[in-house]
Amino acid sequence: MNLSDGVQVVSLVILSAMVVAAALGVVLLPNIVYSAFLLGGVFISISGLYVLLNADFVAAAQILIYVGAVNVLILFAIMLVNKRQAYPEFKLSGLRNTVTALVCFALFSLLTVTLTSTNWLIQPATFKLTSTLVTIAKHFFYDYLLPFELASVLLLVALIGAIVLARREFIPDLKTDGIVDPDDSLSLLEKPREQLVGTK
Amino acid sequence: MSLEPFLIIAAALFCIGIYGLITSRNAVRVLMSIELMLNAVNINLLAFSNFLDSGNIRGQVFATFVIAIAAAEAAVGLAIVLSIYRSRDTVDMEQFNLLRW
Repeated sequence: MNLSDGVQVVSLVILSAMVVAAALGVVLLPNIVYSAFLLGGVFISISGLYVLLNADFVAAAQILIYVGAVNVLILFAIMLVNKRQAYPEFKLSGLRNTVTALVCFALFSLLTVTLTSTNWLIQPATFKLTSTLVTIAKHFFYDYLLPFELASVLLLVALIGAIVLARREFIPDLKTDGIVDPDDSLSLLEKPREQLVGTK
Repeated sequence: MSLEPFLIIAAALFCIGIYGLITSRNAVRVLMSIELMLNAVNINLLAFSNFLDSGNIRGQVFATFVIAIAAAEAAVGLAIVLSIYRSRDTVDMEQFNLLRW
């Protein structure tokens, strides 16, 4: 990292303000589409923080995977389950939110007090790595080879599992006369699934 | 630059994620809160890797693994949400009581 100290501090302040504000928006905004786009903002700001921490490869991977894959996946899921409904109120929900906010704030205060009062064994950066990419690649292919291969197997399992979970189970009957009803031409080719017992 | 600001940001992000995880009614927003918490962990890993282990950046390797697992988790989680939405016709967390008794 060749930026001067002032530039680093200013960008740290701006990026952390963006992270916290966008994360609060993700959690608190009533419209979930806004939340999903703000989640992309959180990911991009966090990747800026990674650049400040000299992690260029992880910053690029963060943008590629989180913004490019996970956030797009979440937006697709929102579009697929986009049902505008007012959730029925239940009693004690206000109390639950208050208690949760108090507990979260207390946890944050505890963490802050702990990590500011700890003496971290910070190493002086005596030498500079030539390239983080080469170092990470050596770790991946020497001492972390087994977890690396297991991660690829796990990604394959997750891919197959997601397809099995989310695919449609009903193949529509083909109409014998070949005439498509104009009302059905734009609808999803899926029979309504029987609702499970206990809904409402 | 010091270590503490990054840890404080990560703690704030983690607590915001816990709040969203507990109070959200929409199942997709619960998954988004989980992503926030995973990102807070990643910030911690990279901060410690930069300041405490700068010659031998193992934290970045762990952060890459966490990113891969988070992508798999998001795919499976959203497939489960989609499947539940098809069978229950709602994404309200308060009405998912399939495994209650």
